[in-house]
Amino acid sequence: MDISLQQVSYAYAKDTPFEKRALYDVDLLIPSGSYQAIIGHTGSGKSTVLQHLNALLKPTEGVIRIGSTVVEAGKKNKKLRELRQKVGIVFQFPEHQLFDETVLKDIMFGPMNFGVPEEEARQRAIELVRLLGLPEEVMEKSPFDLSGGQMRRVAIAGVLAMNPEVLVLDEPTAGLDPRGRKEIMELFYRLHQEKGLTTVLVTHSMEDAARYADRIAIMHNGKCVLQGLPMEIFSDEDRLLDYRLELPQSIKFQKKIEEMMNEKLPTLCLTEETLAEELARLLKKEREV
Amino acid sequence: MLEKMIFGRYIPGDSFIHRLDARAKLIFVFLFIMVVFIANNWITYGILLLFTFLIIRLSKIRLYFLINGLKPVVFLIIFTFLLHLFFTREGPIIFDWKFITIYEEGLKQGIFISIRFTVLVVLTSILTLTTTPISITDALEILLNPLKKWKLPVHELALMMSISLRFIPTLMDETDKIMKAQMARGSDMTTGSMKERMNAIVPLLIPLFVSAFKRAEDLATAMEVRGYKGGEGRTRYRKLEWVTRDTLIILSLVVLAAILVYLRN
Amino acid sequence: MKREVISLQEVTFTYAEEDTSVRPAIQSMSYTINEGEWVAIVGHNGSGKSTLARLMNGLLFPQTGTVRVFGEPLNEHNLWDTRSKMGMVFQNPDNQFVGATVQDDVAFALENNGIPFEEMVERVQASLVKVKMNDFMNSEPHHLSGGQKQRVAIAGAIALQPRILLLDEATSMLDPQGREEVLQTVRQLRAETDLTVISITHDLEEALLADRVIVMNQGEKYAEGSPQEIFERGQELIDLGLDLPFAMNMSRLLRAQGVQIVADHMSEEELVNDLWTSHFNK
Repeated sequence: MDISLQQVSYAYAKDTPFEKRALYDVDLLIPSGSYQAIIGHTGSGKSTVLQHLNALLKPTEGVIRIGSTVVEAGKKNKKLRELRQKVGIVFQFPEHQLFDETVLKDIMFGPMNFGVPEEEARQRAIELVRLLGLPEEVMEKSPFDLSGGQMRRVAIAGVLAMNPEVLVLDEPTAGLDPRGRKEIMELFYRLHQEKGLTTVLVTHSMEDAARYADRIAIMHNGKCVLQGLPMEIFSDEDRLLDYRLELPQSIKFQKKIEEMMNEKLPTLCLTEETLAEELARLLKKEREV
Repeated sequence: MLEKMIFGRYIPGDSFIHRLDARAKLIFVFLFIMVVFIANNWITYGILLLFTFLIIRLSKIRLYFLINGLKPVVFLIIFTFLLHLFFTREGPIIFDWKFITIYEEGLKQGIFISIRFTVLVVLTSILTLTTTPISITDALEILLNPLKKWKLPVHELALMMSISLRFIPTLMDETDKIMKAQMARGSDMTTGSMKERMNAIVPLLIPLFVSAFKRAEDLATAMEVRGYKGGEGRTRYRKLEWVTRDTLIILSLVVLAAILVYLRN
Repeated sequence: MKREVISLQEVTFTYAEEDTSVRPAIQSMSYTINEGEWVAIVGHNGSGKSTLARLMNGLLFPQTGTVRVFGEPLNEHNLWDTRSKMGMVFQNPDNQFVGATVQDDVAFALENNGIPFEEMVERVQASLVKVKMNDFMNSEPHHLSGGQKQRVAIAGAIALQPRILLLDEATSMLDPQGREEVLQTVRQLRAETDLTVISITHDLEEALLADRVIVMNQGEKYAEGSPQEIFERGQELIDLGLDLPFAMNMSRLLRAQGVQIVADHMSEEELVNDLWTSHFNK
């Protein structure tokens, strides 16, 4: 499902003394099957954009197309429920949405709302508990008896259980420790690749954006100010600084090394691993000369 | 929908009314509620409206804000108006068509009651719009202080109130967030039968309670760590100051009351 | 000779006193923290590090072993006095903001301790200046960012002029900028006073700022030493669910690619220099 936002504006509490504009004329195109990162400073409007992707918020101006569904300012659309099944959102701190008696029931909540038969929903839930690396014995436990990291996984399973075609992630690893962070990010990447999920990641981490995304958009003061391939986005440091963003650590380090050696590496290294490879190759060449 | 409500919200400003001592404003609203009942004819109700208008001007709050904020209670005002219009059967008939008969007294009473209602809502709104919730709480704590003698836990009540006020925006955000998270999982709280809707509220309420309890627990810990052990031996950071303008505003009410008594039937 | 401010001896604590099959949250922990030190206590989520924070300021008492604060065993009698000398900042910026506005919140601990009005006004002002939040005196919490709220929490903690500042995962819910703001504030405070800082964290950058690092695993002390000594353990830390500083990761990756490096470096500068001397400066 291609997703496109055309000239989308949004204002909170429109037509009241407390009106607050959050988005201005946002244009954004997310091709089907891509991994799109949206980066930007806190308050830049990236979370507001995200809530438009399954019509939790409707634009006050402009048009959003998600697959064949059109959400237009000021018009009613009866197909929002279908849309919500196809676009799953993992909110920040998703464990705050857990409520049911048992882990399985909570995971089954989404699919059953969309009319999936109970037995099938249960089957999906059991598979997801395994996929997310949760121990089998948690299935019949109350989600509130789990550790923070486990609760996060159950909540994520609850979104995946709807079998969405698009997965929208809002800072999915906030508050987790380094290992938890890595495991969750790798899991989403695997799902993206294996199931061809269109993935939209809203993040503060330049490293995650550089490592996983194949397209990046930058939000700043409610506007989408830049979009393109990671290589393009991260090639212009000054521009990033204008938006109060930094380069990923690997590229920062690459620049230091390039300065020292007075020589450029052939490519921008988006991850530490590629940087190590490129450096090793270069050093070998130097030695052979 | 909730974001359109202005009742109970504070609009920062520096007007004459903003600068009044919160105690003066509380006493003012309290007395005003009684004064309103003195009015009983066109001239006295007219004066009430004029007085209210004067206070609005002094608060420098835009009329548009107030009218917008009145929307939620407009229905109530219209309802009471109609009630009096149709059910008061006194004085000459001024309108008669099929089964609808309207008497002069009914129209008059309807208008009076609507004015009374409106000025009360407007003035109370002005109190909350121009006073920070914390000042209102402080003022209440001080005004109620004498009741401590009768074992009323005034300090605890005031603290409870100020913490509740402090957490309203936080919990509203939280409600919004959880509601959206469940809507994204296909929960539908806006359509369906009454029973379906009640069921759809459970996934909202449980996480909200869980989170509220967690917050309460965290807050209690934080308060304990920061040395809170009840009202005993505490000093106050907030000081309220009663100055001439505060006496003046109360006096203006007394004058208003006197005029109304003189001019009423 | 540095004076000890906090010391734990063979402290064991369990949340389930009846049930011996549950492993204790803290198991025979011993360590000493001296005046003016910055100690980071690190561990993955669930390693028991937050329980440790609660034991240090008497929110919990151990079943066995003793907690000594300023040389005296912590008990119900000196509890409040101890707390007034130990400022604490928690994880969730929202759930520790008691006051209706910034200045009210900073004043809260002062009010509790019966500080006279005039002095209170001065201290609130001074504390807010220290954390650079003095322009936000009258702001309400929901208009502040997470980083700003945590700075207010720090101001509230230092307003009582404590000798210890205990940060219990104070940066873990913040965005990178908020984290930077908070760490910058703590660094600044340390430069100006001889405040003892104990930071409980899984953030690497925060651990690197410390003089000493204590690594927790499953309720026990796993290792203790300078950041350098700790991070030299490399893979062991990764196995514990922690991370390594960027330069150290880079060193390991380069070595895996067959690049010769003298050591696993803590800082990027060291690594750059090493690469320079060993490969270009021959």
